[in-house]
Amino acid sequence: METKPDYLIKGGKRLDGRKLADWREISIKTGVIENADGSAQVDFGKTKVIAAVYGPRELHPRHLVMSDRALVRAKYDMLSFSVEDRKRPGPGRREHEISKVTAEALSSVVLTEKFPRAVIDVFVTVIQADASTRITGLNAASIALADAGIPMKGLVVGVTFGKIYDEKGKGYMAVDVFKPEDQWGQADIAYAKSYNDNKVVLLQMDGDVTKEEFLKGKEMADKAMEYTYKEMVKALKGKYEVD
Amino acid sequence: MRLIKMIDKITIKRIEDLLKDGKRLDGRKLDEFREVKVETGVVTKAEGSAIVTIGKSRVIAGVKIGLGKPFPDTPASGVLMTGAEMTAWSNNEFETGPPSPAAIELARVVDRAIREAKIIDLDKLVIEVGEKIWMVFVDIYTMNADGNLFDAAALAAMAALSTAKMPIYKDDEVIRDNLKTNLPTNGKVVSTTYIGIDGKLLVDPTMIEEKALNARLTVGIKDGNIVSLQKGGKGGFTDEEVETILDGALKHSKKLLKALK
Repeated sequence: METKPDYLIKGGKRLDGRKLADWREISIKTGVIENADGSAQVDFGKTKVIAAVYGPRELHPRHLVMSDRALVRAKYDMLSFSVEDRKRPGPGRREHEISKVTAEALSSVVLTEKFPRAVIDVFVTVIQADASTRITGLNAASIALADAGIPMKGLVVGVTFGKIYDEKGKGYMAVDVFKPEDQWGQADIAYAKSYNDNKVVLLQMDGDVTKEEFLKGKEMADKAMEYTYKEMVKALKGKYEVD
Repeated sequence: MRLIKMIDKITIKRIEDLLKDGKRLDGRKLDEFREVKVETGVVTKAEGSAIVTIGKSRVIAGVKIGLGKPFPDTPASGVLMTGAEMTAWSNNEFETGPPSPAAIELARVVDRAIREAKIIDLDKLVIEVGEKIWMVFVDIYTMNADGNLFDAAALAAMAALSTAKMPIYKDDEVIRDNLKTNLPTNGKVVSTTYIGIDGKLLVDPTMIEEKALNARLTVGIKDGNIVSLQKGGKGGFTDEEVETILDGALKHSKKLLKALK
């Protein structure tokens, strides 16, 4: 969308017809990359992300080796044609930053002390971007790690929320933002928790909100998170179900 | 750092032993292609896209079309750029970082087939001579690598291009909503790859077979004519072997065209 729309919500409906607390359709598939030790594709609406896990395996370069635990290394990148204007192939500053926060969020749940000196590589690739890609990627990574049988305290699960405006310019908190809301809304917040111990493991925001708005959005996001978590568990269990 | 895997050495020995009886590790005949599957329109953000699966090898290709300035020596011609990435997530042996020589060769071989077969009417991609043209970017990524990435990549690029839609240029803006007009293309090109191991020729090699190869030849074919060739590997082919490969490629190209539809 090239020009700023007059509103992102009107009559209680967002541009894609959702209400404020609604999330997009979530689809989760495991084992999508046969060569990987674990993998998953997660779709939040039109945002499609694949995560592949290799490891634990030998770590190169050697100077990164830790004698008492494994390194969780994440690489987030987008396919050049996953966005409106072609993205130059290869990670830039944005991708490196997302890789870092993704690795840190995942490190909070992986029992790294089980694999001294090793690396667990997590590759997160955006196939199609319609906002919330880092969170969709983090969810995919979390499932891929579990799919790879990596011992973890629990799953990391994330949801985005943001602030969008109506035709009079009044702001509202909304869950699971998509492209126009990410681009034109007043705030965009990536939020993830280590679900079992209920700790915030990723939180990034740009925009402008009051504390009350932030807490309201977070509360709404918690409901979406609960649903997402259940879907993630279902997808993981589904792999072992017999007809 | 790359470690030589003992398991690979043993498997390569097994491949060579089986070949003496005319057999392949996965039970295929020497001149048998794996199952080929082509899905198009997989990424709606791209102007054209496709996922191609050959056996366990899978690649995704996408086309983005954007504005650009023509090269000074071809002021009345659009630009085609082909890129390929052998992603670190498609195989436990590929590494992250700038494109490897293998990935650059892959991109160039696909590019050559498409360019030499004159698949895209670059002359029709001019908005203003010498000033404004359309640039067609085809980017290919490996998703699950198990050999013969050349043929999979060529097929994916071809499928993505032949289903690509043209954006609209209006009032200095590029519009990409509800596109109807196809990217102007002429016909279809496909490639077939053979490898030679101990004097035997195998079509559509798996990754472990590629590790055992002496020589490799990729043949690009359009309308029953050869439009591109790429020899790889440290060994060579005899004159007779080259002829056999060309015959085989002509035969397989028909099936590959059918998969493209």
